[in-house]
Amino acid sequence: MTEKNSYILKGGRVVDPSRGIDAVMDIGVSNGRIVDPAQIKNPEIIKVKKLVVAPGFTDMHVHLRQPGNTTAETIATGTMAAAAGGFTGIVAMPNTSPPADSAGTIEYIRRHTELYGVVRVYPCGCMTKELKGEEMAGIGGLKSAGVVAVSDDGKCIQNHELMRHVVEYSKSFGLPILDHCEDAFLKGEGVMHEGKWSTLLGMRGISSASEELMVARDIILSRMIGWKIHIQHVSARESVELVRNARRRGIMISAEATPHHISLTDDNIKKFDTNYKMNPPLRTEEDRLAVIEGLRDGTITVIATDHAPHTATDKLVEFDYAPFGIVGLETAIPVCLTELYHEKILSLSDFVAKFTTGPAEILGMDFGTLAEGKPADITIIDTEKKFCVDAEKFRSKSRNTPYHGMEFRGKAAATIVAGRFVFDEIGK
Amino acid sequence: MEVNWTRKDLLSLYDLTPEEIVLILDTAEEFKKVSERNLKKVPALRGKTVVNFFVEPSTRTRVSFELAEQRLSADIINMTASSSSLQKGETLLDTVRNIEALQADLIVMRHSCAGAQNFIAKNISSGVINAGDGAHGHPTQALLDLFTIRQKKGRIAGLNVSIVGDILHSRVARSDIWGLIKLGANVTLAGPSTLVPRDFEQIGARVCHNLKDAMVGADVINLLRIQHERQRAGFFPSTNEYARFFGLNKENARYLKPDAMIMHPGPINRDVELDSALADGPQSVILEQVTNGLAVRMAVLFLVAGCLKK
Repeated sequence: MTEKNSYILKGGRVVDPSRGIDAVMDIGVSNGRIVDPAQIKNPEIIKVKKLVVAPGFTDMHVHLRQPGNTTAETIATGTMAAAAGGFTGIVAMPNTSPPADSAGTIEYIRRHTELYGVVRVYPCGCMTKELKGEEMAGIGGLKSAGVVAVSDDGKCIQNHELMRHVVEYSKSFGLPILDHCEDAFLKGEGVMHEGKWSTLLGMRGISSASEELMVARDIILSRMIGWKIHIQHVSARESVELVRNARRRGIMISAEATPHHISLTDDNIKKFDTNYKMNPPLRTEEDRLAVIEGLRDGTITVIATDHAPHTATDKLVEFDYAPFGIVGLETAIPVCLTELYHEKILSLSDFVAKFTTGPAEILGMDFGTLAEGKPADITIIDTEKKFCVDAEKFRSKSRNTPYHGMEFRGKAAATIVAGRFVFDEIGK
Repeated sequence: MEVNWTRKDLLSLYDLTPEEIVLILDTAEEFKKVSERNLKKVPALRGKTVVNFFVEPSTRTRVSFELAEQRLSADIINMTASSSSLQKGETLLDTVRNIEALQADLIVMRHSCAGAQNFIAKNISSGVINAGDGAHGHPTQALLDLFTIRQKKGRIAGLNVSIVGDILHSRVARSDIWGLIKLGANVTLAGPSTLVPRDFEQIGARVCHNLKDAMVGADVINLLRIQHERQRAGFFPSTNEYARFFGLNKENARYLKPDAMIMHPGPINRDVELDSALADGPQSVILEQVTNGLAVRMAVLFLVAGCLKK
């Protein structure tokens, strides 16, 4: 990591959707903030010609596994992976062990981030105590401790009355809801998408209806209460349609898509490789295209990875017994650039927005901009670089990726947090 | 045309070409003759070690495999989940790697999880024969069904074969469907819509939800065991109601052609999916299926062992 105090990123293509900028220009950084390049005396010049200079990317959906499962990931390794993947900030999901349902656990995460974190970590608190979906967590106390949102990710509150109270109560503290939409009965013991492939393979399916029902529930509650509910990792076609209609009607619903749901489908399960097992599951080509269309038309405003590290030991078992989830931080930009930008689904500006202004708007935060005076959180991207995924080179402690050996076009070239290079491959 | 067997594993009929399936059936014809001789043993697998690893309990399939191995003169080890270190928290892969380290040539494996054998076969050099994996496949059962149909009807292509019952949870059905379709039969699947997914239409099967449609014109009707636990899980209201609408009985048997074959993979729930008298009647080939299973398993063991690295 290079220590540079004042410098100019020279000759890059600056793409900053927060200000509607897409132009070749210089960006000045001094004392950790964005400044007018003309103001810097004797600056160091860093040539970024042919590279894209964007506001720092934030991943709204990351499992850091600490506290509790530090054999799979730690705050140190998870934030290193984020830096290598081009992310300057991540929202840490609360399903740790113990779950982040108290100010003490949030304090632990903040302290460890100060000591070992490489990028910014925004903690998310639980909606219910121990993620049990039975009693509301101390949401006010969580807010005071510094959470940016609440979520029971990995689980979904099944009791609609409790969910209603959580949304109402969170509204009074200004905390958005991030919801993992899943009807527990319809999901049952399912391990993959319910459809042609689960039928042919004889595996228990998770129907799209299990997601769609809870998306509809959340839309109804959001409208009734007038508060923000963000649908995590949308996977089913009909869920996208529900969100689209709700947003047209002005309901405060938003949604995120993962890189894997826009790039992979359920036919991969026939390989019986547990790195294709995630929840929500990979669905059909029709669903994949619907999620992509949602990103294109603005129904889905965020791309988030659902980075879910698991050890090789935990994944190298019978498909039914493997945990759900894959790592995503170090492959998100390559996969999404290839599938969305190079496929001409999204302009570069719209692409950047899904990782910057999109998350900032939902969380009500002011990151994701290169405006002067703001913290110098910057993601520099080489959109053309060929990138062959080698899981052995991941900074993450875990290797559970389906993309190992696949080639993509584009990757992060550098990641800058508060003016400091936390990842730097410029010119390499 | 000369067909060579080149697989170290038999995992699913989906993987096989029609020629490979026919090769197994033809090889089984030869082994069936062995079983009819006075001296029922041949030295084909002498010096080879076969481990029967049944992570999920089994009686008929395990006995059939064991006998087939003995008749081929293999050395045999039997392991079950409760007698293995899985009980002590060892992973499946570690357990199987230990078996491999003892220089086992073949592992005959049953497991309650779909794809468990595919996962193991990828990670070891011993041959793996699937003796049933979850609801995914049971290739030797399907092969013995095909063998029995071919023996009785002289062919498989063009026959109308109906499979009735809990298709959703049945590995036998999945293997039968692939085998029958690959060999050119017309496959009809019947049962309540909770247990017969329409998705099978996408691979060329006909799906219907009343028994009569599956019976009229059928050359073969294969009834699957209905499990009581499916009732508790809400797939149908009661075994009585199941028997009334989807069981084959003396009353509705009149819709069957006189020469239609009645099959069942066993164990039978008498008078639920199949009337007791019909199970024991002249159209039933249920016990012949069991006899043929032995020849088919000998054929599979022989072919797979033949292409293992020394």
